[in-house]
Order: sequence, then structure tokens, then C-alpha cells
Amino acid sequence: MPNLPVTDLLSKFDPLIAEHAGLLSSGIRDPFGIVMDKVLSPTEAIIKGQHTILLGTYNYMGMTFDPDVVAAGQAAIRDYGAGTTGSRVLNGTYQTHKECEAALMDFYGMSHAMVFSTGYQANLGMVSTLAGKGDFIILDADSHASIYDGCKMSNADIVRFRHNDAADLEKRLKRLPADAGKLVVLEGVYSMLGDIAPLPELVAIAKAHGAMVLVDEAHGMGFFGPNGRGVYEEQGVADDVDFVVGTFSKSVGTVGGFCVSNHPKFEILRLVCRPYTFTASLPPAVVASAATSIRKLMTAHDKRARLWEATRRLHGGLKARGFRLATQTPESAIVSVLMPDQETTALMWSTLINLGVYVNMSRPPATPAGVFLLRCSICALHSDAQIDTVLGRFEQAAQMCGLALHEMA
Amino acid sequence: MTDRAGVYARIIELIEPLNAKKVPLTETTTFAGDMEMDSLTVMDLVASMEDEWDILIPLNMLPDLETIGQVADAVHGLVAKKG
Ligand SMILES: Cc1ncc(COP(=O)(O)O)c(C=O)c1O
Repeated sequence: MPNLPVTDLLSKFDPLIAEHAGLLSSGIRDPFGIVMDKVLSPTEAIIKGQHTILLGTYNYMGMTFDPDVVAAGQAAIRDYGAGTTGSRVLNGTYQTHKECEAALMDFYGMSHAMVFSTGYQANLGMVSTLAGKGDFIILDADSHASIYDGCKMSNADIVRFRHNDAADLEKRLKRLPADAGKLVVLEGVYSMLGDIAPLPELVAIAKAHGAMVLVDEAHGMGFFGPNGRGVYEEQGVADDVDFVVGTFSKSVGTVGGFCVSNHPKFEILRLVCRPYTFTASLPPAVVASAATSIRKLMTAHDKRARLWEATRRLHGGLKARGFRLATQTPESAIVSVLMPDQETTALMWSTLINLGVYVNMSRPPATPAGVFLLRCSICALHSDAQIDTVLGRFEQAAQMCGLALHEMA
Repeated sequence: MTDRAGVYARIIELIEPLNAKKVPLTETTTFAGDMEMDSLTVMDLVASMEDEWDILIPLNMLPDLETIGQVADAVHGLVAKKG
């Protein structure tokens, strides 16, 4: 029998292929195809032969090249090898993984910690495992993709409330059966606009309706709160948060994800959480570096202060030059510049990279409400001189792209 | 306005401002295919229907609701169940 003609499964992406090609045909650089030839420090790299200031890496605390963090990784790769070749629940838990979980328990002052291979998997696993059939997950509309995907993977009913809107959350919780299991999922910092959540209001409403609360502190770890635990610590709601999820790929400076909790039955999750069980554990070098970094972050008071200082300098400087920003004040270490449309965003991004400044370009559907953004994330190691250089180049790029700047009120 | 016809009429009113391509709206018009609505717009529409009738339409129901008629049936069913 002759073969049937093949239906090309990739043809559904034709519109996107055409859009991307159209973008590049205007002569701009590919915003999703950057290659770092050399990384000189947490704030500088060589891209296409050009010295570039990195302002879009989430490397908030600049730990990637910390000598102690690097040395811990080097020692672990020497002593334990390059990888574990196994799941956490089989042969993939080494002394290094337990030490990393101990560092997390100390950092958060909690009794349990579970390390996943990425933050994406931590959300995927926690959200899908905590809420099962007959339960409800109530999530903020602007939640990260990993939270939405965790919802998709769970058998729970999914309810979405308007971003950071306590009244809307309450209205939706009121419609749920009183005796059903409920998980309210929040983020301390929302990474698109760089705004923070009003956690005291949201958490109080969740608790009033008998829900458990999970907070993703991916972009808050290291520099919010007296111990750097995150926005939930800064806002004083630690006692009412049941689960904190985080990542090693931002302030910690390597890769990996985790969940910490005081729940007495937490340890059973290791056996039932599929994104934890059915994947290989992190390499020993990664968890050893992470453990060292986490312990250093506990007391990184000077770096925290410096990060906020550099953030205020960038936010204030952009505002003074007439750029429109997503938040009126710097709420987190993400400063998002609002752009009018796709073409201007791409052109501005491309002009900035040609001038030696790397920022993130973000567009719908990753962004809420159809906004186009140039997103800057600041590092504690950015010097005032670097920030000032960036400000100058933003202004120059705006001029070159014909981006209208606004008079200060 | 809680009979099937009333629900349908009100849903059309709620969709109208989001119907960017101005396609004719009928029982069999699809959200993704005909109207080319993105997922964020669909979720916002769901929220406005939830508030209109004080019901709960879990997001995981959405993959089964492709046409306006199917949505009207689902909303009508949820409203009836509420009593
Ligand atoms: C809010 C939020 N949660 C989770 C993640 C996933 O982290 P990871 O890079 O470790 O997968 C990210 C980052 O991409 C994020 O921004």
C-alpha cells in the first residue's frame, strides 16, 4: 500500500514564520536570536564582537561570577562528577542536593524544601499536584506561563481573577463551594510590568475563604524583606503563605527551582509530583553553587541596598528623559518601558543592541493587555557609570527611531 | 433574561465590542477560527460572562466551547443549575 501524503504538523506556525520573517526583513536584529560570544561579568558581554551592557538578565544579585559560588561548583564537579544521571527519588540525590535544600530551609526559616530542575518545573509540579479533581485553582490573570501550564496539567477547575484586584478575587472565591479544596496562586513581583502584588489584601481574602496560598517569589528572592525572602516577607504575610516557589535562575545566579513550606505532610510530594520524579536531578556543580549563593544572599545587605539604588537611578533617569514606564515608582528591580507598537519596539530594541545595550523585548501574548515593552532588569553590580551610559543610549536610540518622548509633568 | 434566547442575545452584546474583524455573529461562529480571538480576550470575555450571571465558568471548560451557540448552552445550563 502506498504511503498517504504527510500532513505537515508545522504548517500551523506559518503565520508566525511570516511575521518573524517580516520583522527581520526590515533590517533589524533578531530579538530572539542573541548569542553571547563571551560573558565578561554579570553586567557585560561581547555580542557580535561588540562590548555590550547587559540590562535584561534577571541576574539581580550578580552571583554568577561570585568567586565562592564558582569555587563551590568547581569542587563539586571534581568530587561528584558532571551529572547525576538520575531522578531525585532514585539515584539522583547526592549530599550536594541535601545541602542545597538545607540552605533553602535556613534562608526561608521553613521546615521543608524541595529542589526541582527548574523554576518552571517547580510551578508545574506544585500547582498540578496540590490541586486535583474537584479542587479549584484561583490564579492571577497575569500569572507566569509555568503557572498556567501547571493549571493545564492538573485536574482541578481553573478560575482566573483580574490582575492584583482583591475585590475581583473575593467575588470569584465567593462563587466556589465552601467545602471545596482551593489553591490561590500569586506572585510577589510580576515580571512583565515589574509591579508587585498587594499580598496582605489578597492573602487575607484567600484565607477568609478557606484557601491555601502559594506565592511565586522568582523575582523577589534576595532583595525584598529583612532576610531577602521576597515580597511576602516584606509585606508581613509569611504566617499565612503555605508554599513559596522560587528559582535559582535569577538572584541565585545558576539554574534550578524549588518549593519551601512548613506543611507537616510536605515530604510526600516527592513521591507524587511528576515534574519532580520523572526527570533527572540537577548536576552536583549546580546545586553546590546554588547552596553557596543562597547562604551568601542571607546577609547580602550591601548588595541589596546597591540594587535598589541602581534601580532608582535607572527608573528616575528614564522618567526624567520622558520615557513612559509601566510603574510610576520603581516597585521591583524590573523597569519596563512602554512602547507604542510592535514596529517601534523592535526598532528600538535593535537600535539599543547596536549601541551596545541588551534589554528584553516583550510583546503579546507574553505581556498583559496587549502592551509592548522594553524590559530592563537591574543588577547590584551595575555601576552608576553603566546606568548613565544606558540612559544616554536610550535617549539616543529614541531619537534615531523617532520615538516621541513625553514632557515631564 | 435567563432563558436560552435571552442568554444568547446578551452574549452577542458582550462579544460585539471584541469582534475586531466584524464577522457576522451566529450560533455557529467560532471564537478562534472565525473571530480570531486570542486566548487573553477569550479569558476576559469569560470573566464578563461570569459577572453578568454570577456563575463560574472554569477555564478548563473552554476547549469544549468553540462556537457562540456552545457557549450559550453552557451558560444557560450553569444559570439553570444555580436556580
Ligand atoms: C514568575 C516566574 N516564575 C517561574 C519562572 C521559571 O523559572 P526558571 O527559569 O527557573 O524555569 C520564571 C522565569 O522564567 C518567572 O518569571
